[in-house]
Amino acid sequence: MDSSEPSPSGDPDDRPAVPAQRSDQDAYLRVHDLRVRFDTEDGVVRAVDGVSFAVERGRTLGIVGESGSGKSVTSLAILGLHDPKRTTITGEISVGGRQVVGLPDEEVRRLRGRDMAMIFQDPLSALHPYYTVGRQIAEAYRVHHPKANRREARQRAVDMLDRVGIPQPARRFDQYPHEFSGGMRQRAMIAMSLVNDPALLIADEPTTALDVTVQAQILDLLADLQAEFHSAIILITHDLGVVGQVADDVLVMYGGRAVERGSVEQVLRAPQHPYTWGLLSSVPSLHGDADADLLPIPGNPPSLINLPPGCAFHPRCRYADRAGSRSRTEVPELRAAGADGHLVACHLSAEERAAFYAEDVASVGVAR
Amino acid sequence: MTDEPLLRVRGLTKHFPVRQGLRATGLVRAVDGLDFDVRPGETLGLVGESGCGKTTTGRMLVRLLEPTSGSIEFDGRDITHAGRRELRPLRQELQIIFQDPYASLNPRHTVGRIVAMPLQVNGIKPPGGIKARVQELLELVGLNPEHYNRYPHEFSGGQRQRIGIARALALRPKLIVADEPVSALDVSIQAQVVNLLRNLQRELGLAFVFIAHDLAVIRHFSQRVAVMYLGRIVEIGDRADIYERPQHPYTRALLSAIPDVTQLGPAGRIRLTGDVPTPLDPPSGCRFRTRCWKAQDICATEEPALVPRDGGRQATACHFPEVAAPIFEEVPS
Repeated sequence: MDSSEPSPSGDPDDRPAVPAQRSDQDAYLRVHDLRVRFDTEDGVVRAVDGVSFAVERGRTLGIVGESGSGKSVTSLAILGLHDPKRTTITGEISVGGRQVVGLPDEEVRRLRGRDMAMIFQDPLSALHPYYTVGRQIAEAYRVHHPKANRREARQRAVDMLDRVGIPQPARRFDQYPHEFSGGMRQRAMIAMSLVNDPALLIADEPTTALDVTVQAQILDLLADLQAEFHSAIILITHDLGVVGQVADDVLVMYGGRAVERGSVEQVLRAPQHPYTWGLLSSVPSLHGDADADLLPIPGNPPSLINLPPGCAFHPRCRYADRAGSRSRTEVPELRAAGADGHLVACHLSAEERAAFYAEDVASVGVAR
Repeated sequence: MTDEPLLRVRGLTKHFPVRQGLRATGLVRAVDGLDFDVRPGETLGLVGESGCGKTTTGRMLVRLLEPTSGSIEFDGRDITHAGRRELRPLRQELQIIFQDPYASLNPRHTVGRIVAMPLQVNGIKPPGGIKARVQELLELVGLNPEHYNRYPHEFSGGQRQRIGIARALALRPKLIVADEPVSALDVSIQAQVVNLLRNLQRELGLAFVFIAHDLAVIRHFSQRVAVMYLGRIVEIGDRADIYERPQHPYTRALLSAIPDVTQLGPAGRIRLTGDVPTPLDPPSGCRFRTRCWKAQDICATEEPALVPRDGGRQATACHFPEVAAPIFEEVPS
C-alpha cells in the first residue's frame, strides 16, 4: 500500500512541531504531535495526523469536528482503547505525568477508570443489559479498590447515583438498564465514570442522543460535577452551541488535523479558519434573520484514506485560490493567529482572513 | 395562496395496543387528538421531543399508518380511510422524505431507477421520456444528472438525502411531509439540504409538513409552527409568535434549553426536571403538568383546550399561559 503513503508535504514527521501553550507544562493531560494510523485493505488511514493540546484540571476542552475528523479516534487513543495490532500510535500522551503511548496494556488499564474515564454517546450499548445498573457501578469501583467489600462498594454506587440526580438511588441500584429512561441511563453512565474520582473525563457526544431539555440537565450536571471534583474534561461534539455553553477552550479538527485552537471566546467570537466560519454560518440560530439562507460549506467531508493534498479543506474552501498553489501542495502549520494562545492552520495571511471574515461571514449576520 | 387549507386535520388520533400474549393490556396514546391546517405553499413545522408523536403524525398524514380516529382532508377530499385504489392518485400529490438516507434507498437499485420508480408505479410517461425527467430531477436537487447509473452506496449522506428528495418530487406533489430530513447529516451538510428544500419550496410553491426536534432548523424553514408534547399540540402559531412570544411553559422551556452558538457560557435558562412521562399512562389533565413549574390543582383535573388567544392565529393549551414579556428581549450581538 505504498502508493497511498507519500504525502505532498514530504515526510509528515518532518513537519515543525506545534507551538506549545504556556499552560502545557502543568496541564493534567498533555497530547503532543499525536498520530494514529490504521492499516486497512484500502490503504493507510491517517485518522489523527499530528494533533497537540493540553487540558488543565478544572477546565473543559471542546473538540469539534464532523464525521471522520478524528475527534473520537483522539479520545480513544488517550484512553488506550485502540487495538495495537491494527493501529500505529506515535507522539506523546501524558496523563498526570505518565506517558500513555507505548505503556503496557496492564498499566493503561490501571489508569483507565481511576485516573481517566469516558462517557459514551449511547448509554444503552455502554451498559451491560444483563447486570443491574448498581452492580456495574459497584464493580467499576471494586476494580480499583480491591480492599473495598461488597457493602462499601454498594454504598459508594448508591451515593454516586444520588449525586448524579437519580431519584430513589437505593431502589434504582437493583434495576436493569432497560428500566431506565434515556436521560437516566446517561446519568447512570456518568455515575459509573465518576465512581473512582477520575481527574480526566472524556465525554464523546454525551448528549447527542438526548432530547434538548434532558441535554440541558446533563450539561448542567457535568458542570456541577466538574466544580466539585475539579476534573479536566474533554467534550467531543459536533454541536457548536454545546461547546459555547460548557467549554473553556476549543479545538477544531478537520481531516485528522487541528485547524484551529483557542479559548471559546476566540474560536466562536473571532474565528480564524474558513472551516470554522463555515461551521458557524451553516448552523441555524434562534436569533438573526430566519428568512436568510444559511451559508453551507460546499462539498463533503473528505475521506481519510484519500485526503486532499495540501490543506485538507482546500476543495471546500471559498478562499483556497487566494492562497495560491500552496493550498494544494503544502499542509499549513498551526501557528499563532493574533490573540494570545489562538492558533490557526491556514495559508491566508492574518490581514486576508480579517478582510474575508468581515466581508463574507460577519456581514451575513449569521455568525457572531 | 388561498385561505382554503390544502390539508385539514381534525381530532387525529393514533393509539397502539400493547399486547402481552393475546390479551391487550394497554394503549400507547402516541397521538391524541390533533387539529391543524396547512395551506397551499405553506410550511408547518412540527416540533417536539422523542415520544411526542410527531413521526407517527407524519406517517398518518401520508397514510403509512391508519389513524385510530379523527379525519384528514387533503385538497377537499377526506382521505382518512381511503383504500389502496383511492390512495393511488393521492400519492402523487402527497409525498414523504425520510430521516435516514441510508435505510430509505434500495441499495440494489440505481439512482435512476429509484427516482423513476414513482413515475413507473403510477404509469406516468413524461413528455421527453422517463430518463430525461429523472435527469431533470437530479439536476433540480443539485446532483450530477450523469450519475443516473450509480448506486446509493456511491453517494455521501447528504447526496443520498438529495436522491430521496428527487424521488419525492418526481410526481410534482403539492405537499411533502419531511420527517427529520437533516438530523442524520453532518452540520455542514445540513445547511445544504435546508437551503435546497427552501429553494424548492419557493420555486415550486410546495407545502411542507416539516417534522424535527431541532427548533432552530424549524425556525429557518417554517411559517407556522406546532409544538407537540406527549401526543398533543400544546401550542401552535406563526413563527414569530412561537419564537418571540411563546405562551406555553413547555415552548419556553424548550427554547431556553437549546444551546445557541450566539450565547457563550451558561445562560439563565428554564430547567425542566425529569423526563417525558410514558404515553402508556399519560398524566391526567394537562400532560405537561408533571414537569411544569406553574402547575396548580386545576392542571391535574382539567385538560386545557388548544384555544386561540386574542382572536389571533396563535393557540395555546394551557391554564396559565405566559402572556407577559417576549422571551428574548434583546438579541446579543
